[in-house]
Amino acid sequence: MCLGIPGEIVEIKAGRDDLAIVDVVGVRRAINIGLLGPDQVGIGDWVLVHVGFAMSKIDEAEAAATLEMLNGLGQAYTDELQALAESDIT
Amino acid sequence: MRFVDEYRDADKAQALAAQIAALCEPGRQYKFMEVCGGHTHTIYKHGIEDYLPESVSLVHGPGCPVCVIPMGRVDDAIAIAHEPGVIMTAFGDMMRVPGGNGSFLDAKAAGADIRMVYSPLDALKIARANPDRKVVFMAIGFETTSPSTAMTVLRAAAEGIDNFSVFCNHVTILPAIKAILDSPDLRLDGFLGPGHVSTVIGCRPYEFIARDYGKPLVCAGFEPLDLLQSVFMLLKQLAEGRCEVENQYTRVVPWDGNLRALAAIGEVMALRPYFEWRGLGFISHSALRMRDEYAAYDAERLFEVPGVRVADPKACQCGEVLKGVLKPWECKVFGTACTPETPIGTCMVSSEGACAAYYNFGRFTRQRLTEATRI
Repeated sequence: MCLGIPGEIVEIKAGRDDLAIVDVVGVRRAINIGLLGPDQVGIGDWVLVHVGFAMSKIDEAEAAATLEMLNGLGQAYTDELQALAESDIT
Repeated sequence: MRFVDEYRDADKAQALAAQIAALCEPGRQYKFMEVCGGHTHTIYKHGIEDYLPESVSLVHGPGCPVCVIPMGRVDDAIAIAHEPGVIMTAFGDMMRVPGGNGSFLDAKAAGADIRMVYSPLDALKIARANPDRKVVFMAIGFETTSPSTAMTVLRAAAEGIDNFSVFCNHVTILPAIKAILDSPDLRLDGFLGPGHVSTVIGCRPYEFIARDYGKPLVCAGFEPLDLLQSVFMLLKQLAEGRCEVENQYTRVVPWDGNLRALAAIGEVMALRPYFEWRGLGFISHSALRMRDEYAAYDAERLFEVPGVRVADPKACQCGEVLKGVLKPWECKVFGTACTPETPIGTCMVSSEGACAAYYNFGRFTRQRLTEATRI
């Protein structure tokens, strides 16, 4: 729950500027970007996702380091990714 | 991954370790608390303490949100889950947390409709899809998760969804740090500030720790080198006679935090006069409740909440572990009666709990140290 998972924004939903599709290690899921504000993020940006919400914008290097660290967590990360994969907030 | 080396470089770690050792005053013992469970995890996994001189020790703080939930609140939530028509929703971490009468998983086995969700927005979706049921979200966590709960309530209000409510157990980190500073049990020299909570609240709210308590705090990232550098920054402040709040994790944590997130929390939630923390007891102004304007989304007002109070099991010493007074392995039941599979205390439940982190990784470090001492 506390794990922030890096995702790359690949789409911002038309007509819902608080909703974006992110790619997290190949899994595409909708997340809410309302906490970052409009014009703060765009396609290609990396964000740290907590429980379905983008909480902060990060750069690609930070995203890579975080993903690597999460990988090392083993089960906790797998569970979180599984939960994210099953999430559907649209 | 080429980026990662930057934060993992063993040579850099050794260089930092040497600088850390050079800053230590001979004969002085230093004790720093890492507030965040994520840091605890990194420390054990990477054996950070092996890089520190013996005079520097790290103690674990109360920053694991699952760990601080008192058993009575779990029982209250289970009572709500057993009400007719209710679907209780909760994060996966919450499912195995023991209450006085079992966990969510036990209640589910006993027939309660309890569903695991990744996001409060998933819970809202369940409410949308089940208009004849009452969907309750078991909200837990520090400022990392409270903005998400607040945003979800705002969304429910905007859509006019009236069968969704929140059983609010959100806690705030600052009163817990203050309670630890006021506790006579522990002498600390400084803090490694939490990373993700600080993304939301920023660095400014920690200033009272430096100003009123004379302890430095450095907001730290989660990589091994982040933690070593943060320890270095703390020692440097002490060596130079400074006492400030500094931000090591600037690549993620803005000094002022996330103002939109803070605004969302403030809109939907207000401070409770007091709240019970597992092991720490009642702490003033340490948790959030739903504001009166959002009473329609407040499970505590919509349902009969028994208000159960359960004393922690006698054998369990989570309280001492959460305050940093005991190391996990010093607890009487650690690794014997209490394991991640059958936790007695909450610190053993979440992967960020000090006991679970130590159980999973720490034993190797301790073994290594024992062997080293033997040689």
